[in-house]
Amino acid sequence: MRKNKLSNAIILVGLAILFILAPLLYPNQSVPFQMMAYMALAQGINLLYGFTGYLPFGYVGFFGSGAYGVSVLVLLLHWSVIPAVIGGGLVAVAVALLLSPLLRLSGAYFSIGSLAASEIVYYIVSNPNMQNITQGPYGVNLAGVYAPNTSYYAMLVILLIFTAVVMYVKNSTFGMSLLAIKEDPVSAAMCGVNVVRNRVVIWLASAFAAGLAGAVYGWYVSVFYPSSVFDLTISIFAIVFTLFGGGGTVLGPIVGTIVLYGLYNTIGVSSPQYFQLIYGLLIVVLVMFLPQGLTSLLKRRGINVP
Amino acid sequence: MSHDALLNVSQVVKRFGGFTALNGVSLSLNRGEILGLVGPNGSGKTTCINVISGLYAPDGGDVSFHGRSLVHVPMFRRALLGINRTFQIPKPFKALTVRENVEVAGAYVGQRKRVVDDPVDFVGLAAFADASASSLTSGQQKMLDLARALSTGPELLLVDELAAGLNPQELDAVAKKLTFLASQGVAMIVVEHLLGFVNQLTQHVIVMNEGREIFEGALSAAAKDPQVTAVYLGQSEVSVRDGRQ
Repeated sequence: MRKNKLSNAIILVGLAILFILAPLLYPNQSVPFQMMAYMALAQGINLLYGFTGYLPFGYVGFFGSGAYGVSVLVLLLHWSVIPAVIGGGLVAVAVALLLSPLLRLSGAYFSIGSLAASEIVYYIVSNPNMQNITQGPYGVNLAGVYAPNTSYYAMLVILLIFTAVVMYVKNSTFGMSLLAIKEDPVSAAMCGVNVVRNRVVIWLASAFAAGLAGAVYGWYVSVFYPSSVFDLTISIFAIVFTLFGGGGTVLGPIVGTIVLYGLYNTIGVSSPQYFQLIYGLLIVVLVMFLPQGLTSLLKRRGINVP
Repeated sequence: MSHDALLNVSQVVKRFGGFTALNGVSLSLNRGEILGLVGPNGSGKTTCINVISGLYAPDGGDVSFHGRSLVHVPMFRRALLGINRTFQIPKPFKALTVRENVEVAGAYVGQRKRVVDDPVDFVGLAAFADASASSLTSGQQKMLDLARALSTGPELLLVDELAAGLNPQELDAVAKKLTFLASQGVAMIVVEHLLGFVNQLTQHVIVMNEGREIFEGALSAAAKDPQVTAVYLGQSEVSVRDGRQ
């Protein structure tokens, strides 16, 4: 337990140093910002998938809800931006609460159901009849609260918070109960675990992570469209980053995001024609030889991965 | 039916589509009492346990524990109230170690008084405490189910075919453990095919067939009951397996 605390502290401090220094060393601030956003999303997916086995293809629905939540709260209700960001996260939680019957599904049915649900949210937000509230398909402009530096550090705070949440869940009896539910819900119930409530709690926590990340993302970019914040690529990237690193660990989503998003920004930008090929190959090789993710390489050697 | 009994099952009906698995089953059980539930395959024994433990909601009738109806009480809350069970096909958490399996249960129902201090040791798995549950044999996994159930401090333990696949020495050892638990006040319903094993535990049995009770009384009398022998006719299990009678 003590060892865990030390390694957890190192991870949190390391992340903070990395992303405080990154904009100083790297000319384009938006690259480390996006990396943080994906890392926060990957940790959110990790909370759900890593501990319960539910893989939410429609995870971007919460990200978009958060982005639109902040825009409505700022533009329509004239909230100041920090409370609006938290409100944006809570909008995503509210959407997740509405969608919580999805948790009755399992496996691929859940994944596809969540995908369909996120498309529904997207079509509601982008509907031209919603112009008075969400500006429909025409996008929103948050130029009034534009603050790239502040929002950059806000994303860092969110990343650190949800990394810490994963650490807590991983080392708590709550997390143990989730793993038990993942293994066998009937046995978990016979152990006195409230299966339905615990599943909903982690589902809402996961949605909150995506909602906050989406809200800060919206604030950071300040001009966005439904098609950009409900883009399925966001779900897929975050899921692949999580799986690549290894779900159910603190380090997996961090490593996965650094490696794959790093690759995306080097070869993806310089030679996009090879990027898809290399990316595809990497994922195929991983699924075939390391289905538990990169961090499982360490686990196989008996090293405890935080 | 006595009103001060620990468990009262009255006129429980359970249907699966057009198939009636339980057709008006009633039984009651006092503290420290062991009831053997026997009968051919498909007679409704396991369904009965599933209804009592909350896995299935009954279509009719009532189950009450300490005089309180359990019909709308979810499964996890029944575990907290002191009802637990083992499974015919063992259901351990395979990704966890033996010790962790028991700890999960202890963490959630920890405040209940346990009859045994160290359930892992009690069921004879102490040597495997740090082994992954998936590395255990099927028989050991059943013992792990039992240890996990015991760590929740049950007052009522539903034991579903714990003996299947055990050798005679292991059977004796398990029978002694269950008898010990009963002597400590744990009530038990034991679903079992091996009548010799049931005979070691209790003389109080209910014989079921096609979702109904066809006999209740002493095991020795059951063998002479015409309805029971009719049900078992053609199945040599009773006479061959039950060498003790």
